[in-house]
Amino acid sequence: MSADKAIVDTATVEKIARLARIRLAEERKEPIAQDLNRILSWIEELNEVDTDGVEPLASVTGHSLPLRKDEITDGDVQGKVLANAPEEASGFFVVPKVVE
Amino acid sequence: MSNLIQGRTGEWEVVIGMEVHAQVSSQSKLFSGAPTQFGADPNQNVSLVDAAMPGMLPVINEECVKQAIRTGLGLNAKINCYSVFDRKNYFYADLPQGYQISQFKYPIVGEGAIVIDLKDGSSVEIGVERLHLEQDAGKSMHDQHPSKSYIDLNRSGVALMEIVSKPDLRSAEQAGAYMKKVRSIVRYLGTCDGNMEEGSMRADVNVSVRRPGEELGTRTETKNLNSVRFIMAAIDYEVQRQIELIEDGGEITQETRLFDTNTGATRAMRGKEDAHDYRYFPDPDLLPLEFSQSLVDELAAELPELPDQIRERMVGEYGLSSYDAAVLTEERETAAFYEAAAKDQDKKLVANWMSVELFGALNKAGKSLADSPVSPAQLGGLVALISDGTISGRIAKDVFADMFETGRDAADIIEEKGLKQVSDTGAIEALIDQVLADNQDKVDEYRGGKDKLFGFFVGQTMKLSKGQANPAMVNDLLKSKLG
Amino acid sequence: MSNLLDLTALQARQGLEKGDFTSVELTNAYLAAAQETKGLNNYVAMTEARALEMAAASDAKYAAGNAGALEGLPIGVKDLFATNGVPTTACSAILKNFVPQYESTVTSNLWADGGVMLGKLNCDEFAMGSANETSVFGPAVNPYSAVGGADLAAGGSSGGSASSVAARSSIMATGTDTGGSIRQPAAFCGIVGMKPTYGRCSRWGVVAFASSLDQAGPFTRDVDDSALMFKSMASADPKDSTSAHQPLPDIDGAMAAGVKGMKIGIPSEYQMDGMDETIIKLWQDGQAWLKDAGAELVEISLPHTKYALPVYYIIAPAEASSNLARYDGVRYGNRIEEGGSLDDMYEITRAAGFGDEVQRRILIGTYALSAGYYDAYYLKAQKVRRLIRNDFDEAFKQVDAILTPATPSAAFPLGVKQADPVTMYLNDVFTVPANLAGIPGMSVPAGVNGDGLPLGLQILSGAFAEDKMYAVAKQIEQSAGFSEVPSRMAGGAS
Ligand SMILES: [Mg+2]
Ligand SMILES: [Zn+2]
Repeated sequence: MSADKAIVDTATVEKIARLARIRLAEERKEPIAQDLNRILSWIEELNEVDTDGVEPLASVTGHSLPLRKDEITDGDVQGKVLANAPEEASGFFVVPKVVE
Repeated sequence: MSNLIQGRTGEWEVVIGMEVHAQVSSQSKLFSGAPTQFGADPNQNVSLVDAAMPGMLPVINEECVKQAIRTGLGLNAKINCYSVFDRKNYFYADLPQGYQISQFKYPIVGEGAIVIDLKDGSSVEIGVERLHLEQDAGKSMHDQHPSKSYIDLNRSGVALMEIVSKPDLRSAEQAGAYMKKVRSIVRYLGTCDGNMEEGSMRADVNVSVRRPGEELGTRTETKNLNSVRFIMAAIDYEVQRQIELIEDGGEITQETRLFDTNTGATRAMRGKEDAHDYRYFPDPDLLPLEFSQSLVDELAAELPELPDQIRERMVGEYGLSSYDAAVLTEERETAAFYEAAAKDQDKKLVANWMSVELFGALNKAGKSLADSPVSPAQLGGLVALISDGTISGRIAKDVFADMFETGRDAADIIEEKGLKQVSDTGAIEALIDQVLADNQDKVDEYRGGKDKLFGFFVGQTMKLSKGQANPAMVNDLLKSKLG
Repeated sequence: MSNLLDLTALQARQGLEKGDFTSVELTNAYLAAAQETKGLNNYVAMTEARALEMAAASDAKYAAGNAGALEGLPIGVKDLFATNGVPTTACSAILKNFVPQYESTVTSNLWADGGVMLGKLNCDEFAMGSANETSVFGPAVNPYSAVGGADLAAGGSSGGSASSVAARSSIMATGTDTGGSIRQPAAFCGIVGMKPTYGRCSRWGVVAFASSLDQAGPFTRDVDDSALMFKSMASADPKDSTSAHQPLPDIDGAMAAGVKGMKIGIPSEYQMDGMDETIIKLWQDGQAWLKDAGAELVEISLPHTKYALPVYYIIAPAEASSNLARYDGVRYGNRIEEGGSLDDMYEITRAAGFGDEVQRRILIGTYALSAGYYDAYYLKAQKVRRLIRNDFDEAFKQVDAILTPATPSAAFPLGVKQADPVTMYLNDVFTVPANLAGIPGMSVPAGVNGDGLPLGLQILSGAFAEDKMYAVAKQIEQSAGFSEVPSRMAGGAS
């Protein structure tokens, strides 16, 4: 798939802002679309690079995932967990009602 | 057996795939050292990692990896020595990181298969697509406050195995049997406690219908079913709903649905529809999970015997019927009880006594096998006394009833009640003589050709012995006396 | 007491050891210096009481004869490091009232070695910026001023740290570097800044920007101090799965041995159009200094250098968009509950809590990861990242270290570059490749431009070979004899 023709319009901005849970004021959508297009066109330089057969590099560390022993070493810190809660009640975090 | 459903306009085939979420049995969570125990106070079993405080990082639990490998082996599946943890990004109140750490492209376990057994005696092989490790979310409670939801993160970060089946299931019955089989396997392996009421296992079912032989239809996913009964009910409802909708000219929408346990109906979940772009990418806080084949081999060597293997042995070596073997291996505890009771005993007889008498009595008393007043050794002891002719099968039933009530050994009861079977030829002959003397008319009739009366003489002799006479000897002696 | 502020960390450590002055005296001098230079806006919170308590404890340690490596030295902490009981904001409105109940591994290491915590230092919001202008607290100001007196950027994201060390309101400071956030502000402020090999300093307790690139490191006045602080910050941390378990090399030994016989790579691709001529000149000077000291210069090629920035501006925002999802107003941080639904709360809280640049990067990252674009952007970027790493692997088969300019320009006036994000991003052109490759990099002040503003040279070495980097850095420092001091410095002129 090629990203050559990817043009971010305000509808796309709305969609990704919704995915990112950031509410954008109407007047910010167009400038943001322009910003994103400028950045993305610059990013499209990457299409010059031949990456056939190249393994993606996700991490630069030489080692593999270290494993931890199955021991209880944490928890029982309800006070610390809730210390910064904007709203709490009887040990729970509280948020506006979720409708499923 | 046909699984086709008769609709108004013709026959329909049901296609079901299942995603079973099984909580990994471990002391601590997948990526933090907080406990996994059920039933703690809200936010008690939560570390700062589980609460996704800024700068907190995941470190993987070795045991959870091993449990996933064991489970994969139990599902006859390919174990991937290289797998990758990805982030599945979405916002939800009980998902503290704003993403779930899961495995997407490279799961720890690949394809496998299990065999399920159906009521009509047939078996079907169901493909397993994959098993991956992932974090559980927290719990939202919506009924504590009129306008608020309460969030408890105790489950947040607990390790789950998501076992994804191939769309090989064709009926609610098969789906139920599949769930039971998966549950049985993980319980035998000790990789999940299988406790569905506590949420240790739950299933998402993907259901679609099609005309036999046609392309797959659009499916719906009904989420979070936490009992075999609900799984079957949800599928039944969904199949009927889909068939009716299509037959009425409607179209199925691919959507996520919820099952209402009160009404038995499913309904579309609200709100989640635009959030289906999960933006998976490899979690940069973690590295690829790599282990050697020798670890897999080691775990395979230590694996306990699984229900299918035990059944094979029960049928092949013990000569049990496949039905009895299935009943006795459904639960790990049942099989262990049976094996202990049948040690050095008549295997078939023990199987029979266990599945008929013991299960019958437990059922009636509303008890589980774990609370059985009769121990495996005691049941074995009773069977031994039947086998060696100390008591007859009929007397044994009375002895068993006493054992079940008092928890005493069969031998003690027989001794105390004097129930020992009479196998003394002289004593039995004396009984027979008396029966024949008391029923001279019938003796004449018998000798006159009325063969059917033989049973009458056996019955009378047994009755006179209060059931204690050895029935085989009664038979033999009666035959010779009656000439 | 201004003479106390003249001491490097090592000199101060010796003075404390000898009993020339106490840590409480030294700490008071720095607290006063911070007051004096308040106009630079480099601290966002001072922790005076804690500082004096820690200083008194250090004095007791000296008296008892068991002083640690950093005993009694007053240190500033970038506000990206979680500090137990002290507000940690990442200079974002969304975390304005956040008080962590834990201490980052890096700062724990510093305190365990006797360091004294002065306070929290300004930075770009969530470390996203190149001028410290995205901070909710306003920009940190460079203690060097433009000709004519205009305020200059301290650089970013660790602008407060660089500004503070240069202005002598801390003897050393922590920073983090995701694409140059230590090296670029160090160059702008005329001090030494070092980004270690990825994995050397634990990321546990550091507010994440881009997890595969973030690395903590020291800001100091000279190269010796840098080595001292680095050794304390680094540790193999079982709480960070990406932490390295390689022992540190013998840095002091390498610095003492010097550069004689070392091979120094000069990458042709770092010569950029429109680069400040004084920077090109300085780079040539640096090469001459090393040659004079017995090193061999080797021309090398890092052919994928020009793609480093595009790769960075896909990978960093992608990771950031996910890392910053936890700031949702549910468990901590600022919450705005309007509109009634949970989604309203999320969207309004995050719109109000994140500044424009952070929002822009979250949106780029979200877009790059979204369905249909993952392969074209994210996966492509990771493949090119591999090629950039390969370039360095090849280069380090031939050479021990690489010398480049640290930045394409000297410090620029605050406010001027903000309009265009791409121009701003170009600031990181020389520093970003080291983050993508995971190798260590260091900026050493080596000269000034025509306006008398400091310029830095960057030294890169292979992964875990910080000893070689330090040997070269030490030589550059000696040869350059950089002695500029900023105009707005505590105890100094204005
Ligand atoms: Mg599912
Ligand atoms: Zn799942």
